[in-house]
Amino acid sequence: MEKFGLPARYQGQQESVWEEYIQLAADYDPLDLGQGFPDFSPPEYIISALDQVIKDKDIMLHQYTRGCGHPRLTSILSKLYSHLIGRNIHPEKEILISTGAYGALYCTVMGHIDQGDEVIIIEPYFDCYEPMVLSAGGIPRFVPLRYNNNNSSILKSSDWTLDPEELEKAFNSKTKAIIINTPNNPLGKVFTENELQMIANLCKKWNVMCISDEVYEWLVYEPQKHIRIASLPGMWERTITVGSAGKTFSITGWKIGWAYGPANLIHNLVIVHQNSISVCSTPLQEAIAVGFEKEFSCLGQDNCYFTSLPRQLEQKKNYMANFLTKMGMKPIIPDGGYFMIADWSSLESKIDLSAENDKYKDYCFTKWLTKNVGIQGIPPSAFYSEPHKLLGEKLVRFCFIKKEEKLNKAAEILEHWKKTE
Amino acid sequence: MDKFGLPARYLGTQRKSVWEEYVQLAADYNPLDLGQGYSDFLPPEHIISALDQVVKNKNVLLHQYTRGCGHPRLVSVLSKLYSRFIGRSINPNTEILISAGAYGALYCTIMGHIDDGDEVIIIEPFFDCYESMVVTAGGTPRFVPLRFNNNSSSELKSSDWTLNPEELENAFNSRTKAIIINTPNNPLGKVFTESELQMVADLCKKWNVMCISDEVYEWLVYEPQRHVRMASLPGMWERTVTIGSAGKTYSITGWKIGWAYGPANLIHNLHVVHRNSIYACTTSLQEAIAIGYEKELDCLGQDNCYFISLPRQLEQKKNYMADFLSKMGMRPVIPDGGYFMVANWSSLEPEIDLSAENDKYKDYRFTKWLTKNVGIQGIPPSAFYSEPHKALAETLVRFCFIKQDEKLRRAARILEEWKATK
Repeated sequence: MEKFGLPARYQGQQESVWEEYIQLAADYDPLDLGQGFPDFSPPEYIISALDQVIKDKDIMLHQYTRGCGHPRLTSILSKLYSHLIGRNIHPEKEILISTGAYGALYCTVMGHIDQGDEVIIIEPYFDCYEPMVLSAGGIPRFVPLRYNNNNSSILKSSDWTLDPEELEKAFNSKTKAIIINTPNNPLGKVFTENELQMIANLCKKWNVMCISDEVYEWLVYEPQKHIRIASLPGMWERTITVGSAGKTFSITGWKIGWAYGPANLIHNLVIVHQNSISVCSTPLQEAIAVGFEKEFSCLGQDNCYFTSLPRQLEQKKNYMANFLTKMGMKPIIPDGGYFMIADWSSLESKIDLSAENDKYKDYCFTKWLTKNVGIQGIPPSAFYSEPHKLLGEKLVRFCFIKKEEKLNKAAEILEHWKKTE
Repeated sequence: MDKFGLPARYLGTQRKSVWEEYVQLAADYNPLDLGQGYSDFLPPEHIISALDQVVKNKNVLLHQYTRGCGHPRLVSVLSKLYSRFIGRSINPNTEILISAGAYGALYCTIMGHIDDGDEVIIIEPFFDCYESMVVTAGGTPRFVPLRFNNNSSSELKSSDWTLNPEELENAFNSRTKAIIINTPNNPLGKVFTESELQMVADLCKKWNVMCISDEVYEWLVYEPQRHVRMASLPGMWERTVTIGSAGKTYSITGWKIGWAYGPANLIHNLHVVHRNSIYACTTSLQEAIAIGYEKELDCLGQDNCYFISLPRQLEQKKNYMADFLSKMGMRPVIPDGGYFMVANWSSLEPEIDLSAENDKYKDYRFTKWLTKNVGIQGIPPSAFYSEPHKALAETLVRFCFIKQDEKLRRAARILEEWKATK
């Protein structure tokens, strides 16, 4: 039935790495350090906040709430981000609650990108940016972060930077937006104020909007600091910032996210939202609001989850870097997020990837790793545009927001494998 | 900042939403609200305790991402349920999509199938999002209204509204990609008969058109009517995408979980849109709904099945509302399904002064007057018609009866008092 093929806007899109690797994990049952979600409980109080909603028997909490966001949630997010951005953010006009940050990105891209608009995407990028831009009729222009040779034997995410000339050349009169992700998935890079300023200057010069995906905003390892581009001079008026309850509270399965920005830009997201899902789940928004109210009241203190989670993750980060190094890989120490990329190329001479026939070596390596060693990672070339996939070939991405037990087991498996080599 | 105006696809979808307007009206005047369509009583105990169970479950993965196109436990039970009703084996992985409400399922269906220049037939009155979704996808809506057939009975019924076969036939042509039907229908409450569906089906087959069948009120059908699923008619499975809603089924409109089911090749397109837009739906809510459905499947057709007990409960409210609206001087249209009642208010026209309101369509003026002067809120049904056909609804008003008995009794008293003062 050719008549019922995909509309033009969806044709020619790459197969998703997620489908492939979920299937791989299902087939081989490896220790999965691939997909990015915690395998431990969310904080107790967020679960009991949802439990409270159920106990309350408040009828309205099970029925439709305000379309663009449940008032209790937009109110607390407005307080929180007004405090962090340094301006009064209007809870009704300047915030949209969406189905996850994924949904917020979708509303932003669909609400602003029109046929022929160019969108600069910094690589490596979370893989949904490209198909979203394409389905909106936009043209992605890719600018990769480049590795800068340093003398240190330790690789760090901050070793990857933007080449100012390369970035500048990507801007032109057809550029509508640039998408940045800080902290970055998969690299873990946290953009510095200077780097963001460089981007900001170009945005202002070319009247371009910035879509800032900051879902990992709380997962930053000292001494790094998370900088919000919307807080830089002249940037509030041209920035949409995306956030995620899933990443914030370790509840990726709740799928509640948001976008905030100036009313005239948020308006476009609202139109897309009204046209696509119209409203998000009431009980979840209520529980998340309760969670944020609690965190806001102890912001910056030790018992604040936004402080305690990165501290907890820092230990896991160090542990993973350690066992990857012992195995012969070169981990790239992330400044933020909960992924670690490692360079596996020194293992190449010792292993036989011939059984795998994917085009890119990191796909071959990760499949081999799952089948022969029993650990699963994600191939980072999935986060690069076709012409730049080679930049990811020698790398593999692992997730460290896992229980100690699991990380210990991973270390054991790799140690054991190394011995048998 | 002209550069940041809406992309072309959204121009023309920016009409003021009736919902926003009437939510504001209710906020300003605090009437007894029989407008927006959701229940004001608690969802059934077993669905609440299903969620409670899920929240307390030690399985931490219930708070993390689940399968993108649908949580396995939920697609599994929906596949069992609908396989039974459709009379074929529905594959839980390739033939079902779980979405952000039925609204989201409609979106995935329309965006996944409608391309620039495709025509989509929309039967009026229609749930207002159909038109804007079709326009956003680059499609051209072709409207075919249900027509009221004069009958001698003093009692108006939703089945009095039917499709004119010629008018329907004329709407189909080689550019027609899809037709959207809604049965039971919002706002009319019409339940399409097998013959009526067969007429639509024959045209779909003749013109190779797909049918998008919005069946969110599938369980809310009043005897002796029966809900007939388009996808179960001969030759229709392969060209039908059916939409369902947990919100309408379990009175949990705020959970926003819905679905679409159909043949794999058609559902594939929805999967693509879904993965492009939200990727996955909430795990815990899907798990709780699955638990609910497993229970219903166990006792399907029995008195304790919620799919049976809810329509029975609503039938009484339906009758009660029809009664107090009649007493007030309106002519209710008795619905065969759903939880809305449309009523003809035109006999009141000589008795009331609508001059303070200046909306273009009379039903808007009437409903605003009703809120401000009588203290009861309904929805103007012309909102559910295309511009050229809005006049068909001007003498009507839509009320929702899935409300607590207390509220309906209060509504009856308010109207009685108003009538007494005339």
